[in-house]
Amino acid sequence: MASSGATSWPSNSTQRGAISEEEAERLRERALFVRLETIRLISIAKVGHYSSVFSCAEIFSTLYYDTMSLRHGEPGWPDRDRFLMGKGHAAVGQFPVLADLGFFDKAWLDDYTRLGSPLGDHPDMRKVPGVDFSSGSIGHALSNGVGMALGARFQKQDFNVFVLLGDGEMQEGQVWEAALSAATHSLGRLVAIVDRNGYQLDGKVDDVAAVEPLDEKWRAFGWEVHEVDGHDVVALANLLRKVKADGARSKPCCIIARTVKGKGIDYMETEPGWHLGYLAPEDERRARETLLAGMGAA
Amino acid sequence: MNHNLHPDSWQYRALNQRAPSLATLSDTLIELAEAGHPVVAGSADLQYSNGLAGFAKRFPERFTQFGISEQNMVSAAAGMATTGVMPYVATFASFLALLCCEQIRMDVAYGAQPVRLIGHHTGISLGFYGTSHHATEDIAIMRSIADLTVVSPADGAQFAAALRASVRYAQPIYFRISRGHDPVVYAKDAPFEFGKAVVHEIGDDLTIIATGMPVHPALAAMRELRVKGHSVGLIDMHTIKPLDREAIMAAARKSRVILTVEEHNILGGLGGAVAEVLAEEGGGARLVRHGIKDEYSLIGPPSHLYRHYKLDAAGIEGVAQALLA
Repeated sequence: MASSGATSWPSNSTQRGAISEEEAERLRERALFVRLETIRLISIAKVGHYSSVFSCAEIFSTLYYDTMSLRHGEPGWPDRDRFLMGKGHAAVGQFPVLADLGFFDKAWLDDYTRLGSPLGDHPDMRKVPGVDFSSGSIGHALSNGVGMALGARFQKQDFNVFVLLGDGEMQEGQVWEAALSAATHSLGRLVAIVDRNGYQLDGKVDDVAAVEPLDEKWRAFGWEVHEVDGHDVVALANLLRKVKADGARSKPCCIIARTVKGKGIDYMETEPGWHLGYLAPEDERRARETLLAGMGAA
Repeated sequence: MNHNLHPDSWQYRALNQRAPSLATLSDTLIELAEAGHPVVAGSADLQYSNGLAGFAKRFPERFTQFGISEQNMVSAAAGMATTGVMPYVATFASFLALLCCEQIRMDVAYGAQPVRLIGHHTGISLGFYGTSHHATEDIAIMRSIADLTVVSPADGAQFAAALRASVRYAQPIYFRISRGHDPVVYAKDAPFEFGKAVVHEIGDDLTIIATGMPVHPALAAMRELRVKGHSVGLIDMHTIKPLDREAIMAAARKSRVILTVEEHNILGGLGGAVAEVLAEEGGGARLVRHGIKDEYSLIGPPSHLYRHYKLDAAGIEGVAQALLA
C-alpha cells in the first residue's frame, strides 16, 4: 500500500494558478494509491468493480487532493465542497481516500463488505462519514446535487457541488431532468463530471444505447461544456481549478472526461467483462506489479 | 356551504372557503416561514392545483419550480434537506407515490432527510381524469417504506395542524391529501399528534376506522346509525404509520365489528394495516374492509364515484347497516 501523508491538503479555495509538477506527481501517486487499495479491498470482498474505479482514479485524486475545499477529519464541515457519485459502484476507490482524509478509522477498510461493515459496494451516507449522499440507484445523483446547490443558494453558502456520472448513466432519464433544472435555475456552482470510459455492463455504451454526441447534448441543455483527458492530472487539475474559481458563472458546468475503463491493467482495458470481477491471489500480485511498474511509483 | 351547488363545481370550491386543505398548504407554509422555520417548497408544474402559487408569490426565494420532472424534484428535495432546510414538495399522489417511489425510498427515507412529500388529489378524487390520475395504491406503497411516516388528514384544519407539528418532527413524511376542498370535520385549533388517532366514539356494535376524506361521511353515517339506536363508533386514523395500535385494540375489545373505510384499495392500505394488528393481537372483533375492491375505478365526476363506491355518507351507512343485522 502506498503511504498516506496529506501534507498539501486541504486545498485553498481561492483562485490558484497552474498546477506545479510536484503537485501533479502527488496526484499521480494518490491515483496509484486508489488503484492499489481497490485491489486490496476487492480481495476481501472477492468480487468488485476494478475497472470502474481505474477509469476515474485520477478524477478521485484530483478532486479530493487538489480541487475541493475540505477539512481533514471534519467530514461534516458545513462549508465543504460536496462530492456525489452517480456511479456509486466505484465507492471501493473512494473509501480509501475518505479514510486517508481522516473521515473514519482506516481499520474500517480491512473489514470492507464483511458482516455489519459500514463499507459496501455502494456509498452510504448513513454509515460512512464523508459520503455526502448515498448512491447505488443510477440516475439520482445529479438531482441530489441540484438540491444541494439550491439549498446552498438559499442558505447563502458558496460551496461547490461536484457530481461524478458514469457514461452509461447518461441513459437514465432523470439525469436530463436534473440537467434542465440546473440550467433553468442557473446553478453555476454545480459541476458534473462524466467518466466517459465507453463501457457499461452489457457492452459498449454506444452499442447498448447511444449517448453521443455528449458535448452537444449538454450544451443544448444549457450547460457550459469542457472536454479533458481524464487520466491527465495536470489538465484535469488546471481545468477544475479554473472552473471552481469562476464562482460567478451563471451556467452549470459539465466536464466530459475521456477515460479508459480498467486503466493501468492491459487486459482490463481490452475486456469489458472486467466491469465486475475478481483477481485470484497470483493475478492480484501481478496486477500490483503492473501498476507499480507502469504507473510509476517513482 | 351552499347546498344548491354541485360539489364538483368550481363555484362550490370558490364558496367553500372554510378550510380547503390545499389552500391550507400554502397559508400554513407562509405562516411557518414567517415564524422563522427553514421552510422551502417545490412543485412540478402543479402550483395552482396544490395552491403553492401563494407561497411562491410570498416567498419566491424559498420556492423551486421543477417543471414536469417529479423524480428530479424528490431527489433534489432530499439533496436540499442536507443543507439544513425543510422542503415541502407537492404533486398528484398518483405521480408522487408511484412514479417517485424509488426516489422516495432511496433519497428521502433511507437518506433520512426531513422532506415533506405532499401527495394531493388522492384516491379517485380526480374522477373523470382517469386511472392515470387515481391513487388507490399509495398508502400501501408508502407504508412499506421504512422510516417514512404516512399521514392522511381528514380535512384542512387537521392538515394545517399536522403541518405545524411537522416542523418539530425529524423523520420524512408522506402526506395524503384528497381533493383539497373536502368538507370540514374539525375546529381550527383541534389538537393533532402524529401517531395518535382521534377517537370520536367506540361502539358496542360496530366501530368505523376511517382515514382521510371518508372521515366526514363516516361521521355522518355514525350519527345516523346512532339515531336509529345502534351503538356505532368512529376512529379517525389520520396517521397510517406509525399506526395507533392502542386505539385499534380499544375498539377490538369492545366492538362486535370493525369496519375500515378508505379511499384506497382495500389491499395493503388502512384495512390491511388494521388487519395486521387484529391478526397479531386477537381481540375477537370481526373485520370488514371497505374501499376500492382491488379494481380500477370507473370514470365519472368525483361525487358520483363516491356514491358509486359507497364512500359517501349514505353508502357508508348502508355498508355498516348490513353488518349490524
